[in-house]
Amino acid sequence: MQDAREDSWQVYGTTLSSRLLVGTAQYPSPKILSDAIRASEAEIVTVSLRRESGGSGAGQTFWSLIRELGVRVLPNTAGCHTVKEAVTTAEMAREVFDTPWVKLEVISDDDTLAPDVIGLVEAARILSRDGFQVFPYTTEDLGIAGKLIEAGCEILMPWGAPIGSGRGLNNPYGLRAMRAHFADVPLVVDAGIGTPSHAAAAMELGYDAILLNTAIAKAGDPVVMARAFARSVEAGRLARLADPMEPRDMAAPSTPVIGRAFTAA
Amino acid sequence: MPHSSLFAKSPPRPSARVIGAGVAGLTAAFELARRGAEVELIERGESPGRGCSFYAGGMLAPWCEGESAEPLIVRLGQEALTYWTQTIPVAKRAGSLVVAPARDKPELARFARRTSAHEAIESDSITVLEPDLAGRFDRALFFAQEAHLDPRAAVAELGRRLAAMPNVTLRFGSATAPNRNVDWSLDCRGLAARDALPDLRGVKGEMLVLETHEIALSRPVRLLHPRWPIYIVPRGSGRFMLGATMIENERAGHVTARSAMELLNAAYALHPAFAEAEIVEFGSDLRPAFPDNLPRIRKNGRTLYINGLFRHGFLLAPALARMAAEIVFANAVFPEVMDADQRERQTV
Repeated sequence: MQDAREDSWQVYGTTLSSRLLVGTAQYPSPKILSDAIRASEAEIVTVSLRRESGGSGAGQTFWSLIRELGVRVLPNTAGCHTVKEAVTTAEMAREVFDTPWVKLEVISDDDTLAPDVIGLVEAARILSRDGFQVFPYTTEDLGIAGKLIEAGCEILMPWGAPIGSGRGLNNPYGLRAMRAHFADVPLVVDAGIGTPSHAAAAMELGYDAILLNTAIAKAGDPVVMARAFARSVEAGRLARLADPMEPRDMAAPSTPVIGRAFTAA
Repeated sequence: MPHSSLFAKSPPRPSARVIGAGVAGLTAAFELARRGAEVELIERGESPGRGCSFYAGGMLAPWCEGESAEPLIVRLGQEALTYWTQTIPVAKRAGSLVVAPARDKPELARFARRTSAHEAIESDSITVLEPDLAGRFDRALFFAQEAHLDPRAAVAELGRRLAAMPNVTLRFGSATAPNRNVDWSLDCRGLAARDALPDLRGVKGEMLVLETHEIALSRPVRLLHPRWPIYIVPRGSGRFMLGATMIENERAGHVTARSAMELLNAAYALHPAFAEAEIVEFGSDLRPAFPDNLPRIRKNGRTLYINGLFRHGFLLAPALARMAAEIVFANAVFPEVMDADQRERQTV
C-alpha cells in the first residue's frame, strides 16, 4: 500500500497533494470565499473569466484577492456554447492568468448545462495544438474520453451529475468503468457533487480528485462546509488506499456465535 | 440655584462636513442636523443621489437579505423600516413575496430555512396578495413586515428636508471642501473614497425599468433561480424596477446583452405580460463593498468614513447615520462596524 502521508497525484507534470479543487463563484463575499478556500486546503481554484472580467481593468480587486490566496488558478470557459467562444475565452484567460491550463467547458444548452462533447473534442484538439494544457469537463462516455486523450488531454473530468444540481454520482457504474478503462489517466469528478458523502464515494471509486463549487459556496456556512469536504475527500482517498472489504449478502459476525458463554433463554 | 441655570452651558453644537450626497451622506447629514449640528453637505454632482443610489432597488427587506447576508445586516436593516416609514415617510409597508418556478422549488425550501419572519403561503393566499399572479405559483414565502420605496423619491425628500434646515448648508457641483475648519468630517463618497480605503472594491449591478399597465403588483417579488435570482419592485404608475445583477467587475456604465436577457427572462417568467412592457431605462453602476461585504464606519482622528454599504444602501444608511451621530455627539463606539474586520473579531 502506498503511504498515505506521501500520497500525491500529478497532472501535466505538476505534483499536487490536495485532491480537492474548488470553484470561486457564488460566494456570499470575497472574504468568505478566501476563508473557505483556505479551509478546503485546495491547491487549485477554478475561475470564470466570462462573467467576471472580460476587459482591461475589470474586476482587478477580485483577481488580486484570488492571487493573494497563493493557489494555482485553473481558468475555465464556463458558459461557452461554441468551440469558437471556448477557444477565444481560453486565449483570453491565458493572457490574464499567465497559465497554459484551462478547464474546458463547451455547454450544449443552458438548461441542462450538459457538455457538448462533440464541440469539446474539437476545442480540445485546437487548444492542445496551440500549447494549452486542457482539463476537459466531459461525461462518462468512454468513446468521447478516448477521443479527448487522442486530442492531447492528459486528464479527464467526467461529471457526477449536472452542474449545480447537487445530486451526487448519477452513474456510479459508468464512473467505475471509466476508472477501470483509463487506469493511468488522472480522473477528476467535476460537477454535481452536493454533499461530502458524494465526494467520498467518488474517491472510493478511485478518482484522483474532486472539483466542486456550488456545494461549498451555497452552503449556509461555506467555511465549515469546505472543511467537511476536505475531510471527506481525504477519507475517501484513504479508504481507496486501504483496500475496502468486499460487501456480502449474508451477515458475517465479527465474533464467533458458537460456544458463547451466555445465550438468550 | 439661580446661578446654576445662569452658567449652564448649552449642549455643544459640533460642526460637521459631510462629503457625498448619496443615501449614506444624506442620511448622515440629516441625522447630525436634526440633533443640532452645523452641517455642510458637499456633493460633486448637481443633485443628490446620482451615484449608485440612483440605481438601487429600494427594497427594505432585512429578513430576505438574511438568506445570503450576515446577521448584522438583518439586525441593522430593521432600523430602516421605522426610518423610511416614520422619520422620512416615503416607504410603503406591504411586505415582500418570494416565489420560485415549479422546477426550482428546492430553492424556496433553502430560502425559507435560511431566513426568518416569513410565512409559507399557498396559491389562494398568493392570489389575495397579488391577484395578477393568480395561478402562476403554488407556493410562496411572505415577509409581511418588509417594505419598499422609490430610491429617487427618497433622496429627493431628504434633499428637500435638508434644504429647509437653517443649520444645513448644501453645496452641489463642488468637489472641493472650502478651507474652513470643522469639528468632524464624514466621508460618504462611496467608491470614490478608494484613495483613502484601498480595500474597497466595486461590484457591478445592472437594473432595468419597465412600464406596463397590464399587470399590477403591490409589493416587491423575488423570483428564485439557482443561477440568477431576480427581484421586481413596483414603482407606481405602471413602472417596475428589475434588478439586479451582481458581478465582480469594476467597469460601470454599461449593461451587457446577457444581463439584459437574464433580467427580461426573469420578468417574463414572473408574468408573460412583461413581454409587452415598454423598456424605460437600463442602468448600471458599481456598489462599494469591503471584502466581507459588510459596512464600516472607519474613524481616523475626527474623520469618519462611512462606506461599504454594498447592495444595502437604503437598508443600512439609517442605522449607520444614527451610529455616526452618536460617535460625533457622544463619542460612542460600535465595534460591529468600526473594527477593521468584523468576522475576525467574531472568531476571536
